[in-house]
Amino acid sequence: MSTDAPVKPDVKKSDVEFGSYKYGFHDSMDNYAFKSRKGLDPQIVRQISEMKGEPEWMTNFRLDSLAIFESRPMPNWGGDMSDLDFQDIFYYMKAANEQETSWDDVPEDIRRTYDRLGIPEAEKKYLSGVKAQYDSEVVYGSLQEDLSKQGVIFTDTDSALRDYPDLFREYFATIIPPGDNKFAALNSAVWSGGSFIYIPKGVKIEFPLQAYFRINSQNMGQFERTLIIVDEGASVHYVEGCTAPTYSSNSLHSAVVEIVVKRGARCRYTTIQNWSSNVYNLVTKRAMAYGDSLMEWIDGNLGSKLTMKYPAIWLMEPGARGETLSIAFAGPGQHQDAGAKMVHCAPNTSSRIISKSISRGGGRSSYRGLVKIHKDAKNCRSNVVCDALILDPASRSDTYPYIEVEEQDVAIEHEASVSKIGEEQLFYLMSRGLTEAEASAMIVTGFIEPLVKELPMEYAVEMNRLIELQMEGSVG
Amino acid sequence: MNSVLKISDLHVSVGETPILNGVNMEIRQGEVHALMGPNGSGKSTLAYALAGHPNYTVTEGRIEIDGVNVTEMEADERARLGMFLAFQYPVVIPGVKVADFLRHAVSNVRNPERKEGEGLIGMREFRKEIRERMTALDMDHEFARRYLNDGFSGGEKKRMEILQLAMLQPRFAILDETDSGLDSDAVRVVSEGLAKLAGPQMGVLIITHHERLLEFNPPQFTHVMLGGRIVEIGDAALAHDLHANGYATVRARHPDAEAENAKVEAAAV
Repeated sequence: MSTDAPVKPDVKKSDVEFGSYKYGFHDSMDNYAFKSRKGLDPQIVRQISEMKGEPEWMTNFRLDSLAIFESRPMPNWGGDMSDLDFQDIFYYMKAANEQETSWDDVPEDIRRTYDRLGIPEAEKKYLSGVKAQYDSEVVYGSLQEDLSKQGVIFTDTDSALRDYPDLFREYFATIIPPGDNKFAALNSAVWSGGSFIYIPKGVKIEFPLQAYFRINSQNMGQFERTLIIVDEGASVHYVEGCTAPTYSSNSLHSAVVEIVVKRGARCRYTTIQNWSSNVYNLVTKRAMAYGDSLMEWIDGNLGSKLTMKYPAIWLMEPGARGETLSIAFAGPGQHQDAGAKMVHCAPNTSSRIISKSISRGGGRSSYRGLVKIHKDAKNCRSNVVCDALILDPASRSDTYPYIEVEEQDVAIEHEASVSKIGEEQLFYLMSRGLTEAEASAMIVTGFIEPLVKELPMEYAVEMNRLIELQMEGSVG
Repeated sequence: MNSVLKISDLHVSVGETPILNGVNMEIRQGEVHALMGPNGSGKSTLAYALAGHPNYTVTEGRIEIDGVNVTEMEADERARLGMFLAFQYPVVIPGVKVADFLRHAVSNVRNPERKEGEGLIGMREFRKEIRERMTALDMDHEFARRYLNDGFSGGEKKRMEILQLAMLQPRFAILDETDSGLDSDAVRVVSEGLAKLAGPQMGVLIITHHERLLEFNPPQFTHVMLGGRIVEIGDAALAHDLHANGYATVRARHPDAEAENAKVEAAAV
């Protein structure tokens, strides 16, 4: 169900239901601090940079990136983007003037939205710090005091450019340069918000840092830019969640996430992506992992119209390890083209990709992955396991594994399986008194169990709940 | 009042192939029935049809529990009316823990009015009960945390079926070759387990080729199936006789049914 008509402020929004998608509501845009006009050109890019009071090098970086974006063709692989009109998007929408450090100071309707998403409550219970981005800008930020005393930086990327210019410039766009791909160029031109994290040497953060990305406006483009630097021997778990209102027109989310994991460090990056089904989600994520470090992507893709996302890990020095666990759920009208890339640049590096996808109600999921082993990267190991579960004949699953090996002395395993939800499994569970819907949900939950159990308890509960919502109305 | 499972003139096809050609049977709570017959005679088909497998189409006749026609009901509705099938080949459900599955099943079966999403049976009382049942069946409590039938040995799978039987306490239990493929210890555990569970509240239909299950659970009635029909009915002595002497004399006494059976057997090769 689409909700083009603005929800009146006096309507009790919690009573509005949007099929099985529970986050399709939106707030009024009347009180926004700034709205750009629709469309993309050098003038808009300059305006964004000016609004933010950026140094000249960044303005030029943005303009150069725009030129790259315009010079590149649309990808002719992956998903169908034929109805994505770059001129029909708002590239910058600022809802509030200030970023607040207390929820009480966040404008009321925005705060109410985050309350409904459960963010302040989660913050109290089990998070070390929170960033809440609403359309283009971060509206709320917090970090536990003892962590900031230890030198941990957790801020939005705009503030980092202002407050930590040297650290920022040392790493920004070094992992993913604007020329990497068309959408990385787009993000580089119009980026706004995102998280900037620095974990000093040896600092291990016990509870996750969480960012929550919320699109509110119609025809919105959200282009957050995240940069995480985990210094030697440090460790961090970063979690991001994303939701958006349900509109009948397209929105675009195109993030760039760059991560550096230094010697002996650990970084786990968990995404629970639950965009509404009118959002194009075209994201570039890459980490560089140095000696004896561990980088993990845990990537849950449940929402969006089309997601194209292949979190990458470059294993730069011996002993580096990379792991990607990915879950994709493609429901009616959705295409999840997701996967992972592992690039072995040094000997004695190892990687593992586990991908599970579920397609139902005509949804389409694709695993697209790359394992690349450079010459002289001897004694590398890589293990790829892809399982797809198809719930009905209208749905589809594809696997596109790419393996490029320039070295003999390596061990690579690839297993792929596609299963249909078994009639015998359904009958077995139903013969014990479970309804068809309960039985299907149980089989699906079991299918992703090996990944969900990797999540912290709270997120595992959330993931199972989202899967149940996705399964609603799947029977009869 | 004792519940009755009544099967009248039941004809069942799988795809286009008729397998059951008019089966009649009445099972009361508290009774033990044995169902015997050569391969292809339709024993497992009857079991699946009673449980409500969607691929087993009833073309004629009906199945009733206490006068309620269940012929068109889904498997889960029948389960909530007290039907239970112990599978010959239990199905693997990866990632689903035994305890989670059984707690859900028990909640539905004990509270047939329960709606999807409503609360489950209390965790504490459920855990206590499943532990007691597992102890009685000589099962490691670790089983509750394993994924349902995933990586289970043949014997473990059959014990899991009996554990489910114990937890769900059906009014009518059909055991489809629960004793096949087991070593003698496992057969003993399963046979004793069933003997303890079956009582005045349970009507049991045992499909078996073996003696052992019937030794522990002596049937009041033995039905012999051939060519998709019940061709002879006797008591425990008939079961012993068939086990000792095979089906040659039965086949000879019922040439028409034997001809039907031969067709199915030939098609199965």
